[in-house]
Amino acid sequence: MAWTGKILRVNLNDKTCKEEPLNREWAQQYLGQRGLATKYLVEEIDPKADPLGPDNKLIFATGPLTGTMASTGGRYSVITKSPLTNCVACSNSGGFIGQELKNAGWDMVIVEGKADGPVYLYIENEKAELLPADDIWGTSVWHTDEWLHKRHQDPLLRIAAVGRSAEQGCLYSAVINDLHRAAGRSGVGTVMASKNLKAMAVRGTLGVGNIKDPKRFMQAVNAAKKVLADNAVTGQGLPTYGTQVLMNVINEIGALPTRNAREVQFEGANEISGEAMHEPRPTDGKPNLVTNAGCFACTIACGRISTVDKGHFSVKNKPEYWGASGGLEYEAAWALGSDTGVDDLDALTYANFICNEDGMDPISFGATVAAAMELYGRGVLTTEQTGIPFDFGSAEALVKAAEWVATGEGFGKDLGLGSKRLCEKYGHPELSMTVKGQEFPAYDPRGIQGMGLTYATSNRGACHLRSYTVASEVLGIPEKTDPLTAEGKPALVKAFQDATGAVDSSGLCVFTTFAWTLEDIAPQIDAACEGEWTPERLLELGERVWNLERQFNLAAGITGADDTLPKRLLEEPAATGPAKGLVNKLDEMLPEYYQLRGWTPDGVPTPETLQRLGL
Amino acid sequence: MRITLKLFASLAEHLPPGAGRNEAEVEVPDGASVQDVLDRFNLSQEQAHLVTRNGVFVPCSLRSEERLDSGDAVAVWPPVAGG
Ligand code: SF4
Repeated sequence: MAWTGKILRVNLNDKTCKEEPLNREWAQQYLGQRGLATKYLVEEIDPKADPLGPDNKLIFATGPLTGTMASTGGRYSVITKSPLTNCVACSNSGGFIGQELKNAGWDMVIVEGKADGPVYLYIENEKAELLPADDIWGTSVWHTDEWLHKRHQDPLLRIAAVGRSAEQGCLYSAVINDLHRAAGRSGVGTVMASKNLKAMAVRGTLGVGNIKDPKRFMQAVNAAKKVLADNAVTGQGLPTYGTQVLMNVINEIGALPTRNAREVQFEGANEISGEAMHEPRPTDGKPNLVTNAGCFACTIACGRISTVDKGHFSVKNKPEYWGASGGLEYEAAWALGSDTGVDDLDALTYANFICNEDGMDPISFGATVAAAMELYGRGVLTTEQTGIPFDFGSAEALVKAAEWVATGEGFGKDLGLGSKRLCEKYGHPELSMTVKGQEFPAYDPRGIQGMGLTYATSNRGACHLRSYTVASEVLGIPEKTDPLTAEGKPALVKAFQDATGAVDSSGLCVFTTFAWTLEDIAPQIDAACEGEWTPERLLELGERVWNLERQFNLAAGITGADDTLPKRLLEEPAATGPAKGLVNKLDEMLPEYYQLRGWTPDGVPTPETLQRLGL
Repeated sequence: MRITLKLFASLAEHLPPGAGRNEAEVEVPDGASVQDVLDRFNLSQEQAHLVTRNGVFVPCSLRSEERLDSGDAVAVWPPVAGG
C-alpha cells in the first residue's frame, strides 16, 4: 500500500488538527505528492481565490515511496496557489522532513484558514497541535530551527520553516527544511507566512511498513540502486561535481543567460563553476566545497556543503557565517552570478546562505536583482531607490540586496516583488525575464530551443524542472537532439512533462531520471503500492496531472496567451556562440504542442482529452 | 596551428603543465581532427563523453572526420549532468 492512508487537516481559524482518511480512489488516479495534492487543492479551493487570503490552502504532501528504502525516497512537495504567478504551485524538496512526516503516519498535511497570531505546527506521530510562535516570528529560518530543537529538547526533530522574507511579503519566499533544502519556487513560503504559520516541526517513529510486497520491493529497489551506481552520471558525475558542473557546459554551448539575458555567454563562468568550487582559495588554501551531501535514502548525493572565505567582505566580522552550510547548486550560481554579472564565488555563496537563512528562492531573487541592475544601468532606477550603486557585476550590490530582501528593508521591498512587478512598477515590463510572473532559470531558450517551449507551457510559470529537455538537447540523455532546432521539440517536451509528473508524484527525486526510466521506477511503485503500476500507467498519470494543473490555471484566469516568452527571447537574436543570430522559435513549436496534447488551438484541453484522462 | 583545448571536471588533469584551471592553448598539426586531439591528450572515448567544437556538439561518429581550423576551441567533459 505504501500510503499511510491518513491525512492531517489543520484548521488555523479554530486551531484544530483532525485526522481523516486518504481518498483511495484519487490515490489510484494521482499516486501521491504533486498529483494527489493538486487533486485535493483543485477540489477544495476556488481557483480565483486570493493566494494570500485565508481561502487559499497549503498542502505538505509525501509520495508513496517517501520514507521507504527506495533511493532518493525522501521527497515531499508543498502545493498551493502561488502569489507570484496566480497559477497552481508545487515546489519539491528533499532533505529529511518528508520521510519524517511519513514516518509519523501522515501522507499529507492540509492547512486551511489563517491563525490570529503566529503559530507553529508540532507533529509527534499521531499527536498534532498548533503552538504559539510569537517568540520566533520575526526571526530567520536558522534561528527558528535552533529554537524549536531547544524548545522540544529533541535533536532529531525535523523542521520546515519560513524566514523573515516571507513575513515581509516577498513574493518568492521558500519553505526551507533541514536548514538548507528548499521547496523553493513560486512563493509557497509567502503563502505559509500569510497564514501566520511559522514552522512545521515533525518527529515520526512509526516506520513505513505497509509495503504491498516487501520482498519484491527490496529486489526492485536494489536493482534500481545498481542502475544508479553503475551510471557514470548518477554514480560519479553528480556526487563529485554536483549540478554546478553545468556552468561551463551551458556557457560553452552559448545558452547561459547573462546580465538579465542580454547575452548568452558569461566571461566569468569558470570563476563561479563547479570546478572553481574545488580549487583551493589563495587566502586560506581551502576550497569553497567542503563535501557533498545526500537527502534521505539517496544514493546519488548531489548536494553541496560549502564555506565562504573568512576574509571576504560579505562575512567580515560575522563569525556566524564562517561555518559550512548549503552551497551553490547550478541554478543558484547562475541566478546570483551569471545573470547579475557577478563572478565572485564567495559573494554568491554568501548570498545563497542568506537565501537559505531567510527563505528566498535564489532563482527568482537573482533574476530580480538582474532586472533591477538593467533598470539601474538604463537610468530608470537611481541610487535614490537602490540606496547604493546597482551596476551589473557588483558583488556589493548582490550581497546587500540579499540582506535587504531577507529582512524587507529599504530597496528589499521592491526586490521582493519579483522581476515582473518590479519592471512593471518602473515602466519597463519588457525587461522582466519571466513567464506567467515567474523568473526563468539557467538555460537560454535561444541556445536550447526546447527550453523555450518548456518555460512557456510550464503550469507553474517558467521552470526547468517541469520538462528538463536539457538532458536530451545538451547531455544526450536518453538520446541526443540538436539544441538549435525546434523540430521534434513539442513531442520531446510533452514526453518529459508527462514522465516528470509521474516522478514528482512518487516520492522520488527527478535527478534519478538521468539514469532511470519509468521502466526502473514502475517496478518499485508496483511492489510498494496497491494496484498495478506499469510505465504506461505512470505516463498516463503524468499526463492527467498535467491536464489537471492546466484546468486549474484556466479556471484561475490564465489562458493560452500566457504561454509565451519575454520579447527579448523572441526578438533579440543571440549575439555570440552557436546560437548566434537565433531567437527562440516558440511560434513553430506551440501549435504542434497543443495538438499533441489534445488541446484546442487556444490551448484548452478538448472534452475528448479530458474524458480520455478521466478528468 | 593553435587551438584552445578546454578540459572540464575530472579531465583537467590531462591538460599540459602550466595550463589554467580548465584550458590551454595547444599546438596541433594542420588539419588535425577532433579525435586526433583527444588521442594526443589521452582522452578515452569513455572519458570524452561530451565534446564540443566552438560550442557545437560533436558526436562520437564524427570525431575523426571533423577537421579543426586554427583558433578553434575544443571542449571535453566526462559524463555529467545537472538540473
Ligand atoms: S539526487 Fe540530490 S537532490 Fe536528489 S535526493 Fe539525492 S541529494 Fe537530494
